[in-house]
Order: sequence, then C-alpha cells, then structure tokens
Amino acid sequence: MANILAVLEIRGGALRKGAVELLAAARRLADASGGTVDALVCSNGAVDGSALGPAGADRVLHATHADFANYCPDGISATAASLASQYRAIIVAASATGKDLAPRIAARVNAPCAMDVTAVDLTGDNIRVVRPVYAGKAMQTVDLRGTAVIAVRPGAYPALGAAKSGASQNVAVPAFTQRLDVAGIRASDKGALDVAEARVVISGGRGLGDPKHFALLEDLAAAFGGEAAVGASRAVVDAGWASHGAQVGQTGKTVAPELYIAIGISGAIQHLAGMRTAKVIVAINRDKDAPIFKVADYGIVGDLFEVVPALTAAVKAAKAH
Amino acid sequence: MKIAVCLRRVPDTTSKIVIGASGTSIDETGIKFVPNPYDEYAVEAAIALKEQAGAGEAVVVGLGGDSVQETLRTALAMGIDRAVHLQGAASADGLENARVLADHLRGAGYDLILFGKLAVDDCGQQTGAMVAELLELPCATAITMLAVADGRAAVEREVEGGVEQASCALPAVFTCDKGLNNPRLPSLKGIMAAKKKPFEIKPVTVAVGAVSIVSLVLPAERAAGRIVGEGAAAVPALMQLLTAEAKVI
Repeated sequence: MANILAVLEIRGGALRKGAVELLAAARRLADASGGTVDALVCSNGAVDGSALGPAGADRVLHATHADFANYCPDGISATAASLASQYRAIIVAASATGKDLAPRIAARVNAPCAMDVTAVDLTGDNIRVVRPVYAGKAMQTVDLRGTAVIAVRPGAYPALGAAKSGASQNVAVPAFTQRLDVAGIRASDKGALDVAEARVVISGGRGLGDPKHFALLEDLAAAFGGEAAVGASRAVVDAGWASHGAQVGQTGKTVAPELYIAIGISGAIQHLAGMRTAKVIVAINRDKDAPIFKVADYGIVGDLFEVVPALTAAVKAAKAH
Repeated sequence: MKIAVCLRRVPDTTSKIVIGASGTSIDETGIKFVPNPYDEYAVEAAIALKEQAGAGEAVVVGLGGDSVQETLRTALAMGIDRAVHLQGAASADGLENARVLADHLRGAGYDLILFGKLAVDDCGQQTGAMVAELLELPCATAITMLAVADGRAAVEREVEGGVEQASCALPAVFTCDKGLNNPRLPSLKGIMAAKKKPFEIKPVTVAVGAVSIVSLVLPAERAAGRIVGEGAAAVPALMQLLTAEAKVI
C-alpha cells in the first residue's frame, strides 16, 4: 500500500497554486495501491486548507512554527523527514522552492530523489518516474527503490475530481537548526507573471532588433489580461536585452504553457528544448526557413513589426467579446 | 577563504541528442563536451571571491571517469588553484554521488562549497543540497547573487514571481544559477599556468544506490504545423485557428 505525503508550498500564509495539481499526482499514485494521501502544510499560523480535501487529500497535516513565516528549508525538511517512515513517497511541486526542498528531504531520509517528474507510477516494488533530461531533448524513465522523494513538474497532472475528507490534524515540528535565514521575497518588477507559471508565454528573440521592441511583446501579453508572461531567447538574454529569469531554453527555463508565441526567434535547438511541450506553438518570423516553423502548429511569415500589433489588436478584440 | 567547486562534464548545449545502442544513455559519437554551464558560474564566483579575499585557495573537484580531467583543467586555466579528480563511475542515484563528494569535502576546512544549479545532461539538480545536508551545512540553491563578508554570506535566488533573499554563516554550500556573474574565459597564460598546477587523482567507489535507468527515448515529435499566411493579413486566419480549432484563446 502506497501512502503519499504531499508537501505543499506556502507563501505569505497561503497555499501557492499548484497544490491541487500536486494532490492529483499524489492521488493517482495512492489509488493504484489503495493508499492514502496526506497534505503537509508548514506555516507560522492558520492556513486555509479547505480546498485540499476536495482536491484529494485524506488528511491535512498542519505543522506550525514561528520560524515558518518565510520559507524555512531546514525546518520543513526536518518536519517532512520526521514523518517519512509512514510513506512510500514524499512529493513536492517542481517549483523553485520544491526543487530546493526535495533533495534536502531525500538526504535526511536516505532516499532517492527525482526532479521535474512528468509521470509517476507504481511498478512492483519500485516507483517508476519519467522525467526530461538534456533539458527536454530526451525523456528518461527511472525506477526508484524504497521510499522516494519526487518533485512533480507543474502542469503534469490535471486536477482530479476525487474528493476526500481532508481532515485537519496537527503534527509536531521536530527540533531543528535553522542554518539558512530567509528574509523574504522581493516581488519582481511590474509584479510580472513568471514564464514557468503563465498560461500564455510570448517570447522574443534577436529578430526584435532592439531591446526597446520588447514593448511590442508586453503589449501583446497585456492583451491576454494577466495570464501571459514575456519570455526571451538565450541570444537576447546574453545580449542584456532581457533578464535571465525570462530565458526559455536549455540554460533557462523549461515551459509548458497552453499557448507559446515565438516572435523573431529562429529556433535554436537549445531553445526548442525549453518550449516543445507547449500545447500550441505559434511562430512569427521573417525567415520562412527558420527552424521554429518545424515545431510551430501555426506560423506567420512576415515582419513582426506589422504582425504583432495586428495580433495584439485581434486578441484585445477577442477578449472584449 | 578556501573554496571548493564541484564540476561536471556535459555535452555542449547545442548538441543534437541521439540515443545510444544501450537504450539508456546517449550516443557520444561526435558530441563536444564542455564544463557544465552552471558550474562555470560557480568557478567564476570562487576565483572572484578568492581574489577579493586576497588569500586562500580555490579547488575544483570532479567525480567521474578520466574524461572529467579535461574539464578540471579548463577550470585551472580559468584561474582555479588546484584540481582533485575523484576517479570512479558516478551513480544514477544523486545521493550516492553526494556521499562520495561529502566524504571528500568533510573536515577539509572549506569556507564555501559551490555547485552549478544543475548539470544540463541528467538535470538531476540535487547533489549540492544533498552534500549540504550530509555535511550539516547551510545551503541555498540556484543563487543569482552572493556577497561574502565577516564570516557570513548573503544570497538571492529567483522564485516564481520574485527574488528570495537569505543569509547564513560560513561555511556554507551554494548552487549557482545564470545571472550570478559572467564567467571569464581561460586565457592563453592561464592555459599554460594550468599545466603546472597541482592535480590530484583519488580513486573512489560510488555505491549503485536506489535508482536504475530503465530507458532513454527522444520526446514525441510534434505533428507538422502549417504556415497560416504572410504578414498582418494572416492574423484573422490565425485568430480563427487559435479560438475555434486550438481553443487556447
């Protein structure tokens, strides 16, 4: 029987998005063997966990500690590790925080760790996971023996309808040494959506010609009304036109939005590796032979300075309806 | 300031990946190998911090087969003082690799132990934090800012929607992300000097661990797309496809 512990991410006293998806992945693994799913919430005060039962949590375990006001990797990994013997797998979302936490828990409980997992199943005594390697240029299937710590990639599992009771229970925080002091999070400029989390990603490349032309992409993103983020190719990040946090590709972020619009991006192999799992890819490029058109569902060959404003106007009009 | 950097050798990021005959690893024919790009940020940070301190030692440590020696020499040419090759086959289980690295680093007096955020081949993204746990040292992963003064380190790391700020006492373990610095290139003088720098080869045994690779496959090809049209005139047709066919708007 595979009981699963899902360690949820808290920021500012509230659950981060991704909790419901993570529980769907946990539920799938637990249901394969008649196991249960517990959600662990580490915070410095009350957290509204009422969404967790409907999302598939049998129990919601609250671990409360004054040091949990900000992300506290030492305390959270100690708490998860203290509970680990009851579980077959400990899963986290493969966010910046989840990927920081997973190997710490794994080292504490002497367990294997798998990152950025896109599929997870029980196979006999093992947990079998699939994960992108070479930044998405290949997919690796691995078997993990014993208790495993798994970071599940956002978007890998749709939310399920399997409601459970989600009964609240307090759990003790074990004694721990706080080695790293996290002061807090400084919000990004413009409060911009992260490319890794946005439903729509609009990326620009060298074809923009000048960093000031990113404004065209920001206008298009704005037309989507808060669900789009602006990304960039490695070439323009290296040229200082865009921040490295916006880079999509092998040495940047891997994204899997519903809609990816590549503007003035030729489609170098290391860029394609970072966005090929998008549901729909649109490419706008002057060069009809650009490799980006080989992966794009829909392409427009033409001058981006004409096409992008026209597309922005059309999206605005569609959204206004 | 005594600093260790743990280094990996990986295929160049522009490489086309071909699956090898084993079905569990890549075909290395024709692949150019380079120092892991994220490890170069760690190397640069180590050299710069040693220069800033005006004294100390920057050491590069590589676990793996003999091919990693070339990568270690590149770091020496960049300005690292000394290299250690932990000679043995690495495990698919990151925790086993972390144990061997931690055993080597334990008690050696390092103020800082630096890693790249991840190796761009297996994308395991775990060894640094595991080494920190095994050594019971403070750790921050994927840092984009590092400032060291008075026995403490201040760091920043990108999280979704912002930048997390943290600090800790030294010694500490950090993994480095793009944005931390601009790695220097090896100079000709550096390449010549590297040949005379200490280079230790230390055989190690890495346990198999609890991970086995079942298969490695190329991702499914995307279905062939289509060119909707040319110029701004094609926008209405594109919108029709995005709303009616793809249903993403």
